[in-house]
Amino acid sequence: MERKPSSLVYKGWCIFSKDLKSELRNRYAINALLMFAVTTLVAVNFAVGQFGLGEKLLAALFWIVVFFSALSGLAQTFIKEEETKTASTLKLVTSPNSIYLGKLTFNIALLLTLEVVIVPLFFLLSNVGGANLLLFFTVLILASLGLAAATTLIAAIVSKAAVKGALFAALSFPILLPLLVTAIRGTELSFRGEVFMSGFSELKILLSYLVVMITVSLMLFDFVWSE
Amino acid sequence: MSTAQIKISGLSKSFDGRDVFADITEAVSQGECLVITGPNGSGKTTLLRIMAGLLRAGEGSVEYFLGNSVIQRQGLRRKLSLVSQDLALYDELTALENLHFLSRIQDCHFSEEELVEKLSKFGLTDRGNDLVGSFSSGMKQRLKYLHALLKEPKFLLLDEPTANLDEEGVRLVDEIIKSQKRDAIVVLATNEGSELNYGEKTLQLGL
Amino acid sequence: MPNFWKFFLLLLMSAVIIAVWVMEPPQNQLGEVSRLFYFHIPAAWVTVLAYFVAMRQSVLYLRRKELLYDLKASSAAELGTLFCILATITGSIFAKTTWGSFWNWDPRQTSILILLLIYGAYLALRSAVREPERKAALSSVYCIFAFPAAVFLVFATPRVYQSLHPADSIIDASGKIQMPAPILVTFLASLVCFTLIFIWMHRLQIVIGGDMERERKL
Repeated sequence: MERKPSSLVYKGWCIFSKDLKSELRNRYAINALLMFAVTTLVAVNFAVGQFGLGEKLLAALFWIVVFFSALSGLAQTFIKEEETKTASTLKLVTSPNSIYLGKLTFNIALLLTLEVVIVPLFFLLSNVGGANLLLFFTVLILASLGLAAATTLIAAIVSKAAVKGALFAALSFPILLPLLVTAIRGTELSFRGEVFMSGFSELKILLSYLVVMITVSLMLFDFVWSE
Repeated sequence: MSTAQIKISGLSKSFDGRDVFADITEAVSQGECLVITGPNGSGKTTLLRIMAGLLRAGEGSVEYFLGNSVIQRQGLRRKLSLVSQDLALYDELTALENLHFLSRIQDCHFSEEELVEKLSKFGLTDRGNDLVGSFSSGMKQRLKYLHALLKEPKFLLLDEPTANLDEEGVRLVDEIIKSQKRDAIVVLATNEGSELNYGEKTLQLGL
Repeated sequence: MPNFWKFFLLLLMSAVIIAVWVMEPPQNQLGEVSRLFYFHIPAAWVTVLAYFVAMRQSVLYLRRKELLYDLKASSAAELGTLFCILATITGSIFAKTTWGSFWNWDPRQTSILILLLIYGAYLALRSAVREPERKAALSSVYCIFAFPAAVFLVFATPRVYQSLHPADSIIDASGKIQMPAPILVTFLASLVCFTLIFIWMHRLQIVIGGDMERERKL
């Protein structure tokens, strides 16, 4: 045996790759996430398909689909640890911060995978012409990171509650509202084909939301995890 | 090398206003084994969980010493192992993947060969690449022992150490307890008559 | 709360209520409905105040892990919910008569709504956890975590929706107080009354909560 202290990031990476391995084997989260996303996307498009929707409505629809699909799957990673009694094992071997980082990375990966599927589908179904794709993807990635950062802590809270039900959505919505409002606005600008700099203040809000949420989460995660 | 010590002082715990146990005081030093015994529901598992830091004490404290210095929570993670029914391994990973993951995250690095060798020592020869989910409960228990000993703990807490184990497994645990007693503190919670003999000290709960 | 304060509150509140109905409406062009102003703003103020009290007590709980702080935090949140509902309703009535609809996503309406949602989520979380310590820790974390989100919302919404809310109702653009003296005095008195009522109710809740806790233990 060789003992060498490794960094927080390395441990977070260990947890991430452990989660990824079991996700690839069992697909606890991604299947639910994808099915939910595709179903809502198709249903919404079917319902409104004949009317040409404005950019504002399209942007709102897109984020509603992302938001609710995210909420259907992002809590899984913590709930599974609690249900299979591995949470205590993990608690005894590593620091809360490394767990938060690992789970956050996993949720980001999950969300990005989801978007790889629904973004092309969305563009296919809803004829957005002449969008500023650079702005769109910058908003998308920053908002996804923020979404994952905020919901990871809430997922940990939910996994400790006795009654889970709709709790995840109820707890997440007020926290995510500023992110959603900003992301919808930024997406609307990109759909209208505005120049990149026009969405600059939205990007600033998204970036600072991300930084603040990760910082506050790291400060608070220990209190949730050690419960 | 500095000696290890556990001091439990005035420990109480209650759930929903009902006392599980109250005012436990006990000290164990290196080379000693503490046996916690008592009827079902007397709080053996609860006490072990508090000692491992998984549960908050109602009142009182558990302190771990190495030499004269108290070990903080972060340091304790590297020195303490708990084997219990309540702590599971990852069913969807293989035995080797479990061990690799759990050792790396604790700053211990083992080569594949070392781990394979350890597996066969614990009676799990050739099962390293099987999913833990396909293991019997006795095999899982053996793997948990293997995991618990990876970091060469100074404090080894065992909750019903021989539950689910066959004769050979019981012999293995016997060996582990005897060898660990030399340079670590072993605390075990049990009701098995034969295991009461391990203890230099006995703590009777639920009186 | 000492009797003196209760008595003081009784007199002051009565005086405020009489003054509100006897004096001219504060804004003549809005008519009678503008009398709501004396109750709407203090209710909104107490909503925010209660949230800060809940957050402070939550921080204290996480530091010291004593359930008394949790009791203080949760009572403040419950009162905050009550005042938040009052502020939302009075605000909506105000909005209906002045802007024509009960709800129009004005940034200030949005801010009060987000507080209502946070309070609601906080209380929902509390009812979903059984063990008192866990309930306290989880809800404290949530209460603190919601704060930056609320701050962000205040920054994010005005970009999307133009405000119709009278920004100059109390303080005008140049920072001067724009109210005739009698109206200002009544308004400030009402603000003091609401704050005192909040403190009083909060203390009562803590006493009741403490008694219930002792009974449960016996």
